[in-house]
Order: sequence, then C-alpha cells, then structure tokens
Amino acid sequence: MTFDQFLQYVFSGVTTGSIYALTALGFTLIYNATNVINFAQGEFVMLGGLTAVSLHEAGAPLALAFVGAVAIVATVGVVFQLLAIRPLHSAGILAQIIVTVGASLALRTGAMLIWGREALPLPPFTGDEPIKVSEATILPQTLWVLGLTLVIVVTLQLFYRRTLTGKAVRACSVNQGAARLMGISYSKVVLLSFGMSAAISAAGGVMITPVSFMVYSSGALIGLKGFAAAIFGGLGNPAGAVFGGLALGILETLAIGALPMSGASGYKDAVAFLILLIVLFVKPQGLFGGRSVEKA
Amino acid sequence: MRRSHVVLVAALVVAFAMLLFAGCGETTTTTTAAETTTTMPAETTTTEMAGPSGDPIVIGAIVSATGPASPLGEPERAALVMLEAEINKVGILGRPIKIVIEDDQSNPTEAVTAVNKLIQQDKVVAILGSSISASTLAIKPITEAAGMPLMALAASNKITEAPIDWTWRAPPRDALAVGAALGYIQNTMKLTKIAVLHDENAYGASGAADVAARAADFGLEIVATESYKTEDTDITAQLTKIKGASPDVVVVWGTNPGPAIAAKNMKQLGMTQPFVGSHGIANKSFIDLAGDAGEGVIFPAGRLLVPESFTNPAQKAIVDQFVAAFTAATGNPPPTFAGHAFGGLTLVLEAINRAGSTEAADIQKALNETKGVITPDGVYNYSPTDHDGLTPDDLTVVMIQGGTWVLAPQ
Repeated sequence: MTFDQFLQYVFSGVTTGSIYALTALGFTLIYNATNVINFAQGEFVMLGGLTAVSLHEAGAPLALAFVGAVAIVATVGVVFQLLAIRPLHSAGILAQIIVTVGASLALRTGAMLIWGREALPLPPFTGDEPIKVSEATILPQTLWVLGLTLVIVVTLQLFYRRTLTGKAVRACSVNQGAARLMGISYSKVVLLSFGMSAAISAAGGVMITPVSFMVYSSGALIGLKGFAAAIFGGLGNPAGAVFGGLALGILETLAIGALPMSGASGYKDAVAFLILLIVLFVKPQGLFGGRSVEKA
Repeated sequence: MRRSHVVLVAALVVAFAMLLFAGCGETTTTTTAAETTTTMPAETTTTEMAGPSGDPIVIGAIVSATGPASPLGEPERAALVMLEAEINKVGILGRPIKIVIEDDQSNPTEAVTAVNKLIQQDKVVAILGSSISASTLAIKPITEAAGMPLMALAASNKITEAPIDWTWRAPPRDALAVGAALGYIQNTMKLTKIAVLHDENAYGASGAADVAARAADFGLEIVATESYKTEDTDITAQLTKIKGASPDVVVVWGTNPGPAIAAKNMKQLGMTQPFVGSHGIANKSFIDLAGDAGEGVIFPAGRLLVPESFTNPAQKAIVDQFVAAFTAATGNPPPTFAGHAFGGLTLVLEAINRAGSTEAADIQKALNETKGVITPDGVYNYSPTDHDGLTPDDLTVVMIQGGTWVLAPQ
C-alpha cells in the first residue's frame, strides 16, 4: 500500500464513516433519554435523503431542501414518539424497542410507495470536481459531510453543557425519577430527543445522497452500521458515537487495502466487525462507555 | 415429414405470439390467420374461435416486486398483469388464464414460502420466477422435486445446471452476457488486462466467477478482482486497489445502484479506463444516477434496449406490439426485465397450447420440443439438454451516449 493509496482509503472511510457517525449519534440521543434502541434510526437517514430529493425537484434550492428535509423528518420523529412510543410507556422498554422495529418496516414501505423503488440522486452542494491531495482525491461533498458533522457535534455538546434544556436532558438520562422530582418535564425531554435524533440522522441522509444516492431500502444497512458504531464508541456517549462511526468507516476501507490478496473487499465487513468484537471483549462498555450497560 | 413439421410449428408460434395481442394489430392477425388456416388443421382454429370459458388455467409467478431487486421485479409484475388481461381476450385451449403473482421481496426465504403456496394452495400448472437468481436457486429444488415446470426469470448460470428436468429459463444467462462482454473487449477494444469489480450478491458473484473462468479463452488477463455489497454507499476503496493494478479496462458486474456509484467513483479517482458493465445496468435508472460519469459505459444487453438493433422482422413485430401494449398499460416503455416476463409467459403458454394439455408431463415434453419461439429476448430452441435456448446472437453490445443507448462501435 503506497501512502497515496493509504490516503485514499482514509478519505473513502471518512465519507461513509461520517454517515455511520451521524446515525450512531441519533441512536445515542434516544438511548440517553429513554434507554430505547431505536431500530428505525436508519430510516430517518433514508427519509432525510429522499425528502431532500423531492424538495429539490419541486424547485427548492439545495440549502432550503436541506433545512426543509431536516425539519420534516424531525417532525416525523416527534410524531413517531407521540403515536407509537408514548402509548407504550407503561409497557416497558422491550415493547418500545419492538415498536421501533415495526416502525422501521412501516417507514420503509411508506417510502417505497412515495418515492418508488429506484435509487434517486441529488446534485452535490458545491460541484463534483475532485480535489487532489497528493495523488489521492476527495470530493467537495465529502468535505461538506465532514464539516457539517463537526458543526453538529460541537453544537450538540454546547447544547448539552451550556443550556438549561440541555442540562435537563442530561439530568433525565442520569436519573429519570430524580429529574422529574426537580420539575423537569420528562415527556418533553423525550419528545425533544426524538426530534433532534431524527433531525441529525436526516441531515446525514441529505449530505450523503449526492455521493451515494438514496433508495427506500438504504436505511437498513446504515442503521445496522450506525448501531455497531454506537456500541463501538460506547452506547450513550455522543463523542464516542462519532469516533465509533468514523473508526468503523476507516477500518472497513483499510481492510480492503491491507489484505494483500485479490478479492479482499469481500472481507471488509468481517475485518471491521472482528476488530469491533475484540474491542468489546476487552472493554464491554465500548471505547468511551462510562456508564455500565444495564441488563433489562 | 420432418421439414413440414418445423414449418407447422413455426407458423403456430407466430400465430400464437400474435394471438397474445389479437386486440392490438388487426392487419397482422388476419394475415397470420390466413397462413395458419392453409398450413394447419383443426387445432388452432378451435383455440382461436372459441372465446375463453370454463375453469382458468392457473399459472404461478414469483417476482421481486419489492426489496432491492424491485427495479427487476416490478416491471415483470406490471407486464404479467397487462398480459393476463390481453390473453384473456382470446384464451388458451379455449380457457381463460389466471396468473397468481407472489412477491418474494427480493428474499429467497419468502420465495420458498411463495412456491409452496403456489403449488399446494393455488394448484398452479407452471411457475414463472423468480426475478433474482438467489430466489430462483432457492425454489428450484422444490419445483424439481414436485415435478412442477419452472420458467426461471433470472440469469445465474447455475439455474440451468443439472438437475433441469423441470427447469427452463427465459432471459439470457450470465454466460451469454459474459461472452458478449469479453468478446467485445478482445475483438473490438483489443485490450488484454482487465479488472473485475462485482456485487457480492448471487448475480454479481456468478458473473464474476464466469469472467474468471473464461477470461483466458478470450486472451484476457485478470489483474484485480474486488467486490462490494449491494447497499454499499462508496466504492472508492475497492477502485483505489484496482487502480493500483493498472488494468486496461474495468469490468463491473452488478445491478443498480452499485455500478452507478462505481462509475462516479472512477471519475473521482481520475481513472480513464473504459467501463464495461453487465446486462444488470440495462435500465434508465443507471443513466439517471451515473449522469456524466455514465457516458461511454459499454455493456451487453438484450436487443429490446435498442429496438433498431432487431434484425429479425418477426421479432420486431412482436416487440413493437409488446412495447405499445406495455406503454399503454404503465405509461413507460418496457425495461428488459418486462421483456423477460413476457418471454417466460409466452414460452409456457405456447408449450401448453402445443401440448393441448395442462398436465405437467405434457408441458415438460412440449417445452423440451420448443422450436423457434420468438420473444423480445431472442429466438428459443429448447432441447432435453439445453434449457436456455438462446444463442450469443440474441444479445447485442450497447454504449451510453448523450444520456441514451446506442449500439456500441463495432
């Protein structure tokens, strides 16, 4: 592997890794607020991308399509919580998790009926002339993905650390009962978390569509990889989720380059998940998992 | 005796194909009707005169109408729905037909459930399907064991490897397309070093294995082989490795959207090698997705994609009617896959018509004796050992130019 090739593998890994990261972040937000693993998370990514395609086709400029898609999917997240999760509050975490599985199927089928079965493209935000770094190339769109991911992560940290609402959300994730006794509206915190989680994943979906297209079935694999990334980084830790996503993306592409034989790409997921398993054997709570994961 | 038999069958086939569209083309129907009455005794006249009545002949179909392979299965479903209505204007053996269409969701497990339902519950006389190779290979052992005629609509070579007592195929098999692609690289492009990039699904893996097995026959050397998952969002890593091996041409075997991503990624990496695809990208979706990066892409395909490539007038006539009927029913011209469904149904119904029976053994015998049946995919001659029936001439090589398909430079 030459240095230029290495650089190219890292660039490729970062592109897919950013989307895993944003999906993992979505998992983290909902998990922190409710202890629910939302298996419809990948569907939010898919909905974001496809909604932006429709808005753009309807004549909205890309920036507006981006914001519009994020807002619409955030609304879907809130409505999903109100209609599907909230009524099951007393039924326990497991029932709520199962409902998210059902919701993912419903959203996927709904998307198929609305957008059809073919993958749809979106133009890149600012041209698709590759930028050369040494002999490797990176698309301007990848820089957008990276930059916006960074903005989202920083904003989220500021929100959690510096605002009263953010602190309320954190309080709920630490101790729900105590937070309620302090006068925090738990149901509002949960609604907010679902909205934000859907919005962040949708943003990821809009950003990746110009690179890799979007089809109604795209959410399943992205959701799975995002979940793995969240576990890798330590479920519940936003910074860990982002690190886990990028690491998983880069591991996959480096596996292709590092394995000497022809046809190595068939083993890229195996290599990435093997490393993930080893990490979890050594550190079951994930790389940055502070809290121990309780068994239900 | 033998020669007159061939003429008779050929006439019957033409008459039959026209019969499918009796409503659409009045002039052609009358000429063939005249032809048939001169060459043929009572049997066709009875089928043509009597309107359909009695119990329907039930045909099963398993298509991937949803899931990743839906761009294949959905047009097949649409074609079958349209054809059922068309055929029931005249009927087969004086009876109407009923096509029970099951969706396997691009999932072999669902296909197995569907095939059991079709056999046990719907009591079908023959089954078409599935759209994808993985599903077809999953149901084949069941139809073989049950003695149920199966007309495969998928391309994997394995489908028509023994046992094939009860299995036939409508679309061109991968081997034909591989031969067309490699032959083009050898004879027209005159290149030798190829890299293979393929989807890890059954379609891509089978195609790549075939390329690997036969490259030497075409004087080609494979310098790199890489793969991707159907849902992968980025293929630059695989292409970086391929680029490092400096091939003359990159052969990409897969269905959308993977090859479109590969075309864009190749452009990003500044790879100037020609992109030779498979018949899996023979649809408008590839052109829409790949955009500029799709220009100059070359792939083998059925002639339906570039209708002016039809050189056989009888085939051209059938295709024109099919295109018109499909476009009227769905608002879009038929993709290649719709042609597969039309072809598969034609082959089965023609055999039933010729056998004069819906007994499995009679259909089996009739299918094995199929000679000169024309569909958009080509001219079929089945035998007890050849259940593919097509020749390399039934494919053509196509290039994308100006956002549409043209015949590739020869």
